[in-house]
Amino acid sequence: MPSSLVDGNSLLALDVGAANTRAVLFDVVEGEYRFIASGSAPSTVEAPFKDVSEGARNAIENLQAVLGKTLLDGGRNLITPSQSNGTGVDALVVTLSAGPTIRAVIVGLLKDVSLESARRLAESTYARIVETISMSDPRKPEQQIDAILRAKPDLIVIAGGTDGGASRSIHKLLEPIGLASFLTPEEKRPFMLFAGNEKIKDEVKETLEKQAAVLRFSPNVRPSLETEDLDPAQSELAQMVVDIRKRQIQGVDLLNVWSGGHVLPTGYATGRMVRFLAKIYASSKGILSVDIGASAAIISAGFKDKATLNIYPQFGLGENLAGLLNYTTLEDILRWSALDISVGVLRDYLYQKSLYPSAIAATKEDLAMAHAAARQALFLAMQSAKRDFPRTAANIKPNLTPLFEPILAGGGALSDPSHPGQALLLLLDSLQPVGVTTIILDQNNLLPLLGAAASQNNILPVQVLESGAFLSVGTVISPVVDANYGTPILRAKLTYANGSEARADLKFGSLETLPLPSGETGTLEIQALRGADIGFGAGRGSKFPVSGGALGVVFDGRGRPLNLPADGVRRRELIKKWSWTLGGE
Amino acid sequence: MQAPVNHIIGFANIVRERLLPVKGDTLARLNQKVSSGDIVAEARFAREHVLLDVSRILRAHPKVADKLITCKVDDRLAAGAEIAVGQGLFPRTVVVPRDGIVVAVGGGQVLMEVGEAKIELRAGIPGVVINIIPNRGVAIQTTGALIQGVWGNGRIDAGILVNLAEGADSTLTAARLDVSLRGSVILGGMVKDAETLKAAAELPVRGLILSSIYPSLIPMAREMRFPIMALDGFGPMPMNSVAYKLLSTNIKREVTVNAELYDRYTGARPEVIIPLPISSDAPTLNATETFAPGLQVRMRRPPSMGMIGSIVAVKPGLTSLPSGLRAPAAEVKLENGESVVAPLVNLEVVG
Repeated sequence: MPSSLVDGNSLLALDVGAANTRAVLFDVVEGEYRFIASGSAPSTVEAPFKDVSEGARNAIENLQAVLGKTLLDGGRNLITPSQSNGTGVDALVVTLSAGPTIRAVIVGLLKDVSLESARRLAESTYARIVETISMSDPRKPEQQIDAILRAKPDLIVIAGGTDGGASRSIHKLLEPIGLASFLTPEEKRPFMLFAGNEKIKDEVKETLEKQAAVLRFSPNVRPSLETEDLDPAQSELAQMVVDIRKRQIQGVDLLNVWSGGHVLPTGYATGRMVRFLAKIYASSKGILSVDIGASAAIISAGFKDKATLNIYPQFGLGENLAGLLNYTTLEDILRWSALDISVGVLRDYLYQKSLYPSAIAATKEDLAMAHAAARQALFLAMQSAKRDFPRTAANIKPNLTPLFEPILAGGGALSDPSHPGQALLLLLDSLQPVGVTTIILDQNNLLPLLGAAASQNNILPVQVLESGAFLSVGTVISPVVDANYGTPILRAKLTYANGSEARADLKFGSLETLPLPSGETGTLEIQALRGADIGFGAGRGSKFPVSGGALGVVFDGRGRPLNLPADGVRRRELIKKWSWTLGGE
Repeated sequence: MQAPVNHIIGFANIVRERLLPVKGDTLARLNQKVSSGDIVAEARFAREHVLLDVSRILRAHPKVADKLITCKVDDRLAAGAEIAVGQGLFPRTVVVPRDGIVVAVGGGQVLMEVGEAKIELRAGIPGVVINIIPNRGVAIQTTGALIQGVWGNGRIDAGILVNLAEGADSTLTAARLDVSLRGSVILGGMVKDAETLKAAAELPVRGLILSSIYPSLIPMAREMRFPIMALDGFGPMPMNSVAYKLLSTNIKREVTVNAELYDRYTGARPEVIIPLPISSDAPTLNATETFAPGLQVRMRRPPSMGMIGSIVAVKPGLTSLPSGLRAPAAEVKLENGESVVAPLVNLEVVG
């Protein structure tokens, strides 16, 4: 059993990503947990290192240099608990997103019911679905066996049957799975998760246990046809993924020992934190967290009665970057670029960059392509994730992004601290939020680390969240309105705490800002024109308090959905203008 | 900071594992001298399976059906062989539809492997077998030049190296490929069109060593039966000068092109090996180095992508780049005399 962290004071959190490994220290300052400092180093999951613990040690050493405090002993092992001479830390948690995409086979009885739940479950981790088997599969069992063998799965997720419901049909589906696994060399056999009819657990065990690398059970994801409950299965799956990584990647075992078993997949830890935030900050709007990095795009949303977690390795900006072209076109990526770049140059960039995921943009043209690819990847991830949002989620129009408050954003593509405006524009373009929302940048990528710590120390995440470790970019007002370019759609008056006022007239197709520094509050009065809707009803204005941020109050009058001009010259001019409005060059 | 190394070196001690994708038999012996075409291991594997549901065909309970099944695991059966006979006056029979091997019997069913295929694993490089990996393959040691690349089409072959690249920035075209090049390994520049690949396949050649390949040609290149490897990347990229010099000074030598698929996790990458007479003092290759002044590096990203230079100084702390990002960086003097500042993560050591 993992040891408890509740009594510990200092907590070291390691995030092992595809490109970078970060070591972050949290400690108690004046009676409250605070983010103290972080150190990072390139990840060492890949050859020639092939051992993630090396990158972890390097990141901790860099943190030591920042802190002036010793955390590793002479043998480069973590000193834990902290010693009377001030060395070491009391506890460690680890989040992990490094590693090859997990190849998953999903199995379910009915295509639109249990198979869909199995799909959602598999998408809650760093998996790519490589084969699907269901009752409506027209293939013969031997063809299914061959298909599974060709797919070489690391993981098989099985759902199906309501509790006490179908058992023979499930058993029929399990046979080819068991036989395919039996034919696979022992060291390569897949891990299996059964999340179906709980009443047939013994039969499933009998059929699959000897054939699987590991067989685990979770409560049924579909206890009844109308109910879906993924949470317990996601938790089980998260543990399985760590076990798969232990088999695939050297060094994960050591980090598991150092942390006393507190290793979690990064995406799952993020999802846990979003669920936690949705509970404590419950409102009619949802809470959204997005993360766009080398290993995946992660969309995690918390609503009043449901939380969703979608991890898309295919939209990661690292080794899978060239694969982005399986889901989109070069033209659709380039529509986001402020520079005139040819499709050929972009294609070469995507392929070349996928060779070197940890490389960074040193030139403006490289950065423009990196940001364009990140926008399109996050846009696609958001469009895919929207399918799983509950129908009851508050919205202005059903086909648009639901109402969220706040939106938290992190990941390698957004972690440049010097240009929060660029990060904001990237988020506005790809997520297209509506109404009134606060955008918060997680520049130190703390959210998953807090999620990893949350179950062991529930005070730490709350105190760190409230300590200002995240950067509030500002309050964004995005009206939904149909209008012609240049038509006034909104008037705003911001009254500062000292009584002074600032005004903005928003025209369709433009961005405007009103300064309101971080830590300050004001009252915003909106007059909606032309039937503009910011969440209070079409054409209805409102008066409400707003908090400040790096960019103050931002008005996005570009319409929803955002339609960019087809003419390239005009489009690039507009993008430059929008970027300039938000503090870019 | 530790630096990844891309090996482009004129003389080194090279050890390579050659492994079967599935379990099989190792044919080579320890200390055996092998040439690149020698078969060092082989395996048989089934491409397909057949599941015979005896219970359903005989309309018998699985436990009853199990008793009626006459074959057992590992039996090699010919098409038409009878494996179960039912009960009654006019009993039904179950026969095997294809030649194959029984791999499982139980639950009233018989699972067979059919469509057997044979894999022959060739040595790939000439050298000495220094390790036998039971049921999987061998490790072979050789000495010579090693030139690693970034993309390969998964094929391997050997032949005499012919230079069709007048310079590091040449383009290989179909017009340059004539019948006199049949069976050769071609040192080309970049390949921009499908016609060049088709012309190379028609000869056929035994390998193409390229500076770069256009991404649109990748699906076709994967289908080619001869090895194709790119040393520097995708799109219009000249060959890095170190590789070009090394390869162009080894013309007419026998070279092995192992255009292995690049696997960042195992470290497998495409490479050219030029075996040279054995020497006891050939240096062993380092997998990593530490960034330091004097090291020869290649630029992985713009500016000057693909160019070779040497580190003048590793800058302290973080350096602001023209893109606006800040990162640990080094000052690099390029071979054309120009000095640039590049983030360390965009550099790899060459040597």
